[in-house]
Amino acid sequence: MAVHTTCLSETIGDDLPNILKQSEIPEGRHVIHVNTPSYQGSHITGFSGMVKAMVSYLAQSDGGEKKDQLNVIPGFVNPGDMREIRRIVTELGVKTIMFPDTSNVLDSPLTSKYEMYPEGGATIAEIRDSANSSATIALGAFASNDAAELLQEKFGVTGIPLKLPIGLKATDDFIMAIKNWFGITVQKSLTLERGQVVDTLIDTHFHYQGKKVAIFGDPDHVIALTELVITMGMVPKYILTGTPGKQFDVEIQKLLKEAGIEGSRVKAEGDLFELHQWIKEEKVDLILGTTYGKYIARAEDIPLVRVGFPILDRAVHPLMPVVGYRGCLRLIEQISNALLERRDRDCLDEDFELVL
Amino acid sequence: MEEISVQKACPDACIGERQNSISSGGKNKSAIHCTDDSLAGSVSQRACVFCGARVVLNPVTDAVHLVHGPIGCATYTWDIRGSLSSGSEMYRSSFSTDMKERDVVFGGEKKLVAAIDEIVEKYHPPAIFVYATCVSGMIGDDIIAVSKAASARYGIDVIPVESSGFISGNKVVGYRSAAEALMKLITPKDKGTVEKTRKLNFLGEYNLGGETWLIRNYLAEIGIEVNVAFTGDSTVAALKLAPGACLNIVQCTGSMHWVAVNLEKTFGTPFISVNFFGAGNTAESLRRIAVFYDDPEITRRTEALIAREMDRIQPVLQRYRKKLAGKRAAIYVGGAYKAVAIIRQLKELGMEIVLTGTQTGKKEEYDDISGMLGADAVVIDDANPAELEKFLLEKHVDVMAGGVKERVLAYKLGIGFVDHNHDRKECLAGFEGAVTFAHEVYVTTCSPVWKQLKRTLAPEVC
Repeated sequence: MAVHTTCLSETIGDDLPNILKQSEIPEGRHVIHVNTPSYQGSHITGFSGMVKAMVSYLAQSDGGEKKDQLNVIPGFVNPGDMREIRRIVTELGVKTIMFPDTSNVLDSPLTSKYEMYPEGGATIAEIRDSANSSATIALGAFASNDAAELLQEKFGVTGIPLKLPIGLKATDDFIMAIKNWFGITVQKSLTLERGQVVDTLIDTHFHYQGKKVAIFGDPDHVIALTELVITMGMVPKYILTGTPGKQFDVEIQKLLKEAGIEGSRVKAEGDLFELHQWIKEEKVDLILGTTYGKYIARAEDIPLVRVGFPILDRAVHPLMPVVGYRGCLRLIEQISNALLERRDRDCLDEDFELVL
Repeated sequence: MEEISVQKACPDACIGERQNSISSGGKNKSAIHCTDDSLAGSVSQRACVFCGARVVLNPVTDAVHLVHGPIGCATYTWDIRGSLSSGSEMYRSSFSTDMKERDVVFGGEKKLVAAIDEIVEKYHPPAIFVYATCVSGMIGDDIIAVSKAASARYGIDVIPVESSGFISGNKVVGYRSAAEALMKLITPKDKGTVEKTRKLNFLGEYNLGGETWLIRNYLAEIGIEVNVAFTGDSTVAALKLAPGACLNIVQCTGSMHWVAVNLEKTFGTPFISVNFFGAGNTAESLRRIAVFYDDPEITRRTEALIAREMDRIQPVLQRYRKKLAGKRAAIYVGGAYKAVAIIRQLKELGMEIVLTGTQTGKKEEYDDISGMLGADAVVIDDANPAELEKFLLEKHVDVMAGGVKERVLAYKLGIGFVDHNHDRKECLAGFEGAVTFAHEVYVTTCSPVWKQLKRTLAPEVC
């Protein structure tokens, strides 16, 4: 059982650790907790705290040698993303413990028989065993680093902090990190997938190269998306997250500097009112972000590609990954199509072409 | 667990303490337990007190709705109404003092004052509703004093809404907080008066999908003018003229009965109940209003309108009835008036209602509901998802009418779903709305997707 606190219980000062200590928890059952008052940080703060609580309450070392297995903390992503991350590590042939894991839970099939506890997800035994793995890959610093650091500190499991594997480069980094750590060879199937992404980037680069983009959402997503649009030759003009944290600015500035991009605006703990003002001052060609961006998109007549959390006005996306090479292909398709739809909608009759 | 004596006819609850909140249909009238705080741990589907206040006041279009609390309270109630506006869009923004840990420790009043100052400077609203939340209430921020001082400073209505979540386990208490705020807004200051007119106020009507406009047009056609609706597409200035009406018609009684009683007490305005969901209800409501005005011309026009509209929609409804007759339906909604209306509409479509529940129904309303249903039907107050799941399956329901939280439950159980929630943007009122509703019921009940559920790749069935 996982216990979250609220504004109310925090303000009256309920002492969760003590309450749990005094509770009669049956043998073999577990209660974990995290402090989540709304007046501290954002939803990412709470997410990160609960992942850390999984480690602090459940992970237990056997005391022996580290096992030849990997922990993956996938970050604040969809079940479809977790499924894809699982598929990639399975292709690489590395025994992996992934938590949290909402695949086969939040995206479990409709079979006309309702299951309160579907088959998917990480088990308690797996999370306990995470203390015995040789390494932890933490995907997305804001959501996953705290838990990975605790595993390293408490149990000596080497933490490998990476970006969310959104985009070509971040997916490369993810696969290479596993390859290097375990000394394995990467399967041809993954090389093939990568090649398809490169092929597609070349086929479509003229659709989007040089276009200006505003990116907003959760920090881990925004950082990885910024890297992706730079890979695609686009210009990330405005980069904003609502979650506080200095690291955000550092990471983004690093990416911009490497790419030689100047004149972009970057902000953590910002809001969409501010983003809207920036866009009014100087327009962009595309917005990458959550459903909340639709108001700006409509007001300024700019296409919006929905990515991140929450997406409240479109369906199916929780099942479809944006991570890995397959997810990267999907993002390229969405970005390219969004811009081409615009072109078809807006162009003069004589410029309306069959082939683009 | 406490021993509870139960009539045999009653379906079993999942939690013993909830047994008295579950009854059966028919005329036996076993008193249902209702209007209480939700049972802790039962996973009530009710929203919190703050949310209750917010949904009542939010459709006041040109007011600023300022939530004094951590950002979550404002975020989760941002633009959660399907209420449309003919003018200002101010109400669709969500303002918050965004309280942080610092404010919780040192108090949030200064931040509230600063927020009001900034809002007045930037937006010049005619009124600001200041909502208390769990945290601001718990640390004892005096929103009444701050609001009063701000009112004096700016000469506008800054009205506190006492809606801290912990004051009750029933969102109806939030309706009351909102109702008190409305009374504060419309009561003339300095013993002023508002001149009486022949117009009426439309209470408990929130202009979802333009429903207020539709009914306003019907009334205009029969020669009656609407003064102001509470609170669909209303403005602060229009609400202040509310004492000038000669009649209050009340639709959503859960939120507005108290206001109607107080308007009668304070301004001598009588009130009658109306219900514009379903063709039959709409016709009856129009006639009831016409009787009040007691004017032969109004009566003649009313009958002409009803005859014309009924002639127009009956053939369409008959077509849907052919497809839907005999299907089994369940209803779980917020207010009882809505449940009563849906029962009647579904019956008019030839359907059997096997389960009806509400979040905020009162005893008399449950008597009405039971009286409309057969003895096999389940009647339930403040249900939780486990109970809904159990009865949906036991009663072999084909389609459910409910709010936003029931949609996924219905779908996962392979049951059709019609949205009758306060955030919908479909107009379901009046004669047109009756057709739209029938269409929505038909689309989901008779969708081809349900056939796919019965197919499988498993070898034993192939």
